[in-house]
Amino acid sequence: MRWPRNKDQLFALLVILPSLVLVAIFVYGFIAQNLYTSLTDWGRDPAQALSANPVIRFIGLDNYRELFTGLIDSRFRQDLVNTIFFTLFFIAGCLGLGLALAILLDRKPKGESALRTIFLFPMSLSFIVTGTIWRWLLQPQGGVNRLPTLVGLPPGRFAWLTSRQQILRFDWNRLPFYTALVVAAALVWVGVSAFRARARVRGWVALSSAAILAAWAFTLGLRWQPLPFPELHGFNLAFVGIILAAIWQMSGYTMALYLAGLRGVPDELREAARVDGATELQLYRRVILPLLAPITLSAVIILGHISLKIFDLIFAMAGPDNAPTDVPALLMYITAFRGNQFAKGAAIGFLLLLLVAVLIIPYLTTQLSRGDRK
Amino acid sequence: MSESIIRRPGRWQWLTYLLLAVGTVFFLLPVYLVIVTALKQPAAITLDATWRLPPVWNWASFAQAWTSFLPKLRNSLLLGVTATLLSSLLGSLNGYVLSKWKFPGANLLFMLMLFGMFIPYQSILIPMFRFIKSIGLYGTVWGLVVVHTVYGLPITTLIFRNYYVEVPDALVEATSIDGAGFFGIYRYVMFPLSMPGFVVVIIWQFTQIWNEFLFAVTLSKPASQPITVALAQLAGGEAVKWNLPMAGALLAALPTLLVYIAFGRYFIRGLLAGSIKG
Amino acid sequence: MSDRFAGTLALFATVAAGAQKLEIFSWWAGDEGPALEALITQYGKLYPAVEVTNSTVTGGSGVNARAVLKTRMLGGDPPDSFQVHAGQELIGTWVVAERMEDLAPLFKSEGWTTKFPAGLISLLSYKGGIWSVPVNIHRSNVLWYNPAKLKEWGVTPPKTWDEFLATCRTLQGKGLDAPLALGENWTQQHLWESVALGVLGPDNWNALWTGKLKFTDPKAVKVWDTFGKVLEVANQDAAGLSWQQATDLVVQGQAAFNIMGDWAAGYMATTLMLQPGEGFGWAPAPGNGGTFMMLSDSFGLPKGIKNRTPALNWLKLLGSRDGQDIFNPLKGSIAARTDSDMSKYNAYLQSAAKDWKANKIVGSLVHGAVAPEAFMSQFGTVMEIYLASKNPQAAANAAQAIANQVGLGR
Repeated sequence: MRWPRNKDQLFALLVILPSLVLVAIFVYGFIAQNLYTSLTDWGRDPAQALSANPVIRFIGLDNYRELFTGLIDSRFRQDLVNTIFFTLFFIAGCLGLGLALAILLDRKPKGESALRTIFLFPMSLSFIVTGTIWRWLLQPQGGVNRLPTLVGLPPGRFAWLTSRQQILRFDWNRLPFYTALVVAAALVWVGVSAFRARARVRGWVALSSAAILAAWAFTLGLRWQPLPFPELHGFNLAFVGIILAAIWQMSGYTMALYLAGLRGVPDELREAARVDGATELQLYRRVILPLLAPITLSAVIILGHISLKIFDLIFAMAGPDNAPTDVPALLMYITAFRGNQFAKGAAIGFLLLLLVAVLIIPYLTTQLSRGDRK
Repeated sequence: MSESIIRRPGRWQWLTYLLLAVGTVFFLLPVYLVIVTALKQPAAITLDATWRLPPVWNWASFAQAWTSFLPKLRNSLLLGVTATLLSSLLGSLNGYVLSKWKFPGANLLFMLMLFGMFIPYQSILIPMFRFIKSIGLYGTVWGLVVVHTVYGLPITTLIFRNYYVEVPDALVEATSIDGAGFFGIYRYVMFPLSMPGFVVVIIWQFTQIWNEFLFAVTLSKPASQPITVALAQLAGGEAVKWNLPMAGALLAALPTLLVYIAFGRYFIRGLLAGSIKG
Repeated sequence: MSDRFAGTLALFATVAAGAQKLEIFSWWAGDEGPALEALITQYGKLYPAVEVTNSTVTGGSGVNARAVLKTRMLGGDPPDSFQVHAGQELIGTWVVAERMEDLAPLFKSEGWTTKFPAGLISLLSYKGGIWSVPVNIHRSNVLWYNPAKLKEWGVTPPKTWDEFLATCRTLQGKGLDAPLALGENWTQQHLWESVALGVLGPDNWNALWTGKLKFTDPKAVKVWDTFGKVLEVANQDAAGLSWQQATDLVVQGQAAFNIMGDWAAGYMATTLMLQPGEGFGWAPAPGNGGTFMMLSDSFGLPKGIKNRTPALNWLKLLGSRDGQDIFNPLKGSIAARTDSDMSKYNAYLQSAAKDWKANKIVGSLVHGAVAPEAFMSQFGTVMEIYLASKNPQAAANAAQAIANQVGLGR
C-alpha cells in the first residue's frame, strides 16, 4: 500500500480529520435527522407535536405527496415557482450589473476607489437591514413611487411588494409535459455536441432518448394530471422589489469578482488583439468574456445557493405572511414553528436541499474531474 | 499583478461617467433615505414627506439605538472575531491539506464538505439547539462561536483550497527536499503567501457572522445576544416608528462597513490572487 | 399586611432558600415594553430577592418568539413563564401535549373564579382544568370612526352588515371612494372575523370551533359572500398599509370606517393625541352588538421549570387587581378582572370595561383564542384562495379541509 507513505501524510489526514468529523455531524447527521423527521407524522396530531415524549409514526413519502398534490399546499407549489424565477432573475441581474460595473471601473475613471467602495458596501449589510430599508423604500404610497414627483411627474402606481399581478402563467398539471420537453431539448443538445465531438454512440443514445421523451410528453405526459383541477402558477410581480433589493446588495460581489478577473487579463493580450484590428466591442466579446467564464461559474454557484436559501431578506421586506412573496425557506419556518407541523416543515427543508443539490452537484463533479487533472 | 495601462481617453469616456453616475445614484439612494429617516422625529415621518430633509434634526434615535446596542456590541465583537479567526485558520489548514496532500478520496471528501455550505439553517435548528444544550454551551457566546466556526468551515476551506492550488508544486517540493515536513511547509511556504486569501476569508466570514440572525436569536440568552437581535427588538412592536430601526440599522452596519471601506482594495486583490477561479 | 412587611418576609424566605431567579418570556417590545417593565418592577418590590430576566424576542408578529420558545421547550429548557394568547393557542399547542400545569387550584386559592367573567373562564378551560392567567383583555370587533366627519356626511355607525353596505354606498355617492379603511394581510383576517361573527351570531360562531358547524355549511359560506361585498368598499391599496396607516385614513377623513382591535384606541389617544369620543368614536362592529370578541395575553406555568415558586408568585401578581391595574393602563387594554379601579383608565377603556362585564364573550380567531395554531397558521392560505378566486365555495372548502386536517373541535 502506497499510502501513507510517511508521517507527513498521516499529519495531513489528522489535521483535516476534525473538520471532517464536525461536518459529518453538523451537516450530514442533521440532514439525516431532518430526512427521517420528514418521513414521519410529527405535528399532525397536536397532542404529540410538542409533547415531551412524542409518539411519532413513520408514514413514508406522505408529506411529500401532500406537498406536490394536496389541495391546501398550493402555496408550497407557488413558492417553488417563486424561488426558481427569483433565482433566475437575481443571478442574471447580479451578473449583468456586476459585469457592467466592472467593465466601467476597469476603464480607470477618476475616483475609481471611491466608486468601488460605493458599489461594494451593500455587501457589508445584513439581509435584514437591507430588507428593512427597501421595505420602506417600496411602500406603495411612499419611497420609490414618490420619486417622480420630485421632478414634477405623477407618482408611480406600482404596488411593489403587495402586487397581486402574475405573469408567465402556466398550469401545474402541465408541469410533467413542460419538464419532459425541457429535458428532451437538453438531451438533443447533448446529442448534437456528442456528434460534433465524434462520439457517435453517445450521440445516438442521447437523440433517441430525446425522441422517446418527446413522444411520451405528447401522449402520456399530457394525460397525467397530478392535481384534480387546474392550478395556475406564474411569476409574481411582487418579486420585482425583492429582486431589486437583492441585486442592490450582491452585485458588488460580482463586480469585485469580475474586476479582479479583468485585472488578471494580461495587457499583452489586449494590445495584441488591438493590433490585430479588433474594436473595443470585439475585444470584449471574443477575448475577455470567455476568459471570465470560470468566474461566472463560480459566481453562479455562490449566488445560486444564497438565492435558493433566501429567508432573511424576504422576512424583513414582506414579513412571513405575504403570500405573493413567499419562498420555501419562509414556508418551512412558519410551518414548523407556527403551525407546529414539524414533519411537513422538515419535508419542505429537504426539498430545498434537493433543489440546491441540483445546482451544486454538477459544479462539484466538474471540480472533481478538474481537480484530478491538477 | 498587471495594472491596465492608461489608454487614450476614448470618445466614450463621458458615457462611462454617465453610467457610473446612474449606478452611484442607485446604490446611494437607499442610504440617503436611511440617514434622512433616522434623523427625523417620529411625527415627521409620513409617506408623502419621504424624500424631504428633516425639518428638525433629531439625534435622539441614534442615542436610543446606541444605548440598546452597547451591551450587545461586546457579544457581537467577541463572536465575530473569535469565530472568524478560528474558521479562517482551520480553513487555511484544510485548504492546504486538500491542495497539496493528495490522499485517496481527498476530492470526494472536499466535495462532501462543500455541500455543508448549502443547508438551510431553519431545517437544523432543533437538532442544533439540542446539541449545543447537551454540551452545556446554550445561552453563551461560545455556543454561537462553535456553530459559526463549523458552518464557516466549508466556505473557508473552499476559498483557501482554490487559492493554494495556484501555489506552484515545485515550490512545495523544493522546500520538502530541504527537509521541511508537513508543518514546516505550511509555516515557511504556505502561510506567508496566504495574506490575500486571509483577507478575503476574514472579510467574508466576519460579515456573515456579524449579520446572522437565526442562530443568534435561538441559541442566546439576553446576556449573550448579538447585535442583530437588538436590531430586531428596535424594529419590533406594534407601532413602528421608522426612525429607530433606521438609526439602529446604520449603527449595526457601521463595523462591517468600516471593514469594507478600509480593506476593500485588499479584498479585490485577494480575489484576484486566485481564490475565486472556478 | 403592608407591601413592605410582606416584602421583608419574602426577602428572608428567599434568602433562606438561596437566591432565586425568574425568567419571563414574551414578544412584547417597543411601545408595549413599558407595561411589562412596570409589572416586573412591581414584582421586584414584592419579591426583592428574585433576579428577574426579561427575555423578549420580537419580529414577524410573534413568529420568532414562537420559534425560539418551541425550540427551547423541545430542547428541554422551558422558560419559567411565557406569554401566550389565552385559549386554543395555548391549549391546542401546549396543554394537549401535557406541557402545562393545571392552574385551577391557583384560581380557587386566589378567588379568581368569581373575579373573571364566566365566558372567559370557559375559554381558559379544558378538560376540567384552567391553564393560564389572563393579564389583559383586548377587544377585536370594534368599528372606529371620526365623529365630526360622520356628522358632516350625515350618517351614523351602522348596526348590521347590510346596513353597513348601504351606508357605504351612500358615502360613495358623496364622493368617498373607499369608505372602509383596510390594511395588510392580518388586518383582512381581522375584518373577516367581525364579518363572520356578525353574519353567524355568537352561537354559530362558537359552533364553528367546536366542529358542530362545518365551514361548508351554507350559513358559513354566506360569510364569504358578505366578506366579498365588504371588501369591495375597502381601499384597493390595502395590502401596502400597516394597520396604523389604515387608522390614519379614518382620522384624516379619507375613509369613514375601520374595523380593528382596541389597540387602535391606544394609537389614536397616545400617538395621535386625540380625545376619545371627540377625535375618534367607536361602536361594536356591525352585527356584533352585545358580543365582545376577546383576545387576551396570558401566562401559564410550564411543567419542569426550575423556579416554580417565583413563577407562581408571578402568576399571582398577574391575576391580582393591583397587578392588572398597573399593566393595563400602560398597555392600552382592560383588565380581565371585573373589579378594576376604573379611575386609572381612559374614556374608551372605561366603555370597553362596561361591555366586558355585560356582553356575551366569544373568542377571536386571528388572535389565538378559538382555534389551534395549526389552523390559524394555514388560515392565511384560505384567505389567499378567496382573494385570488373570489369564490366563496372554494374558500369554504379549503377552510373545511384545513379544519379536518387539524382535527378542529376534537
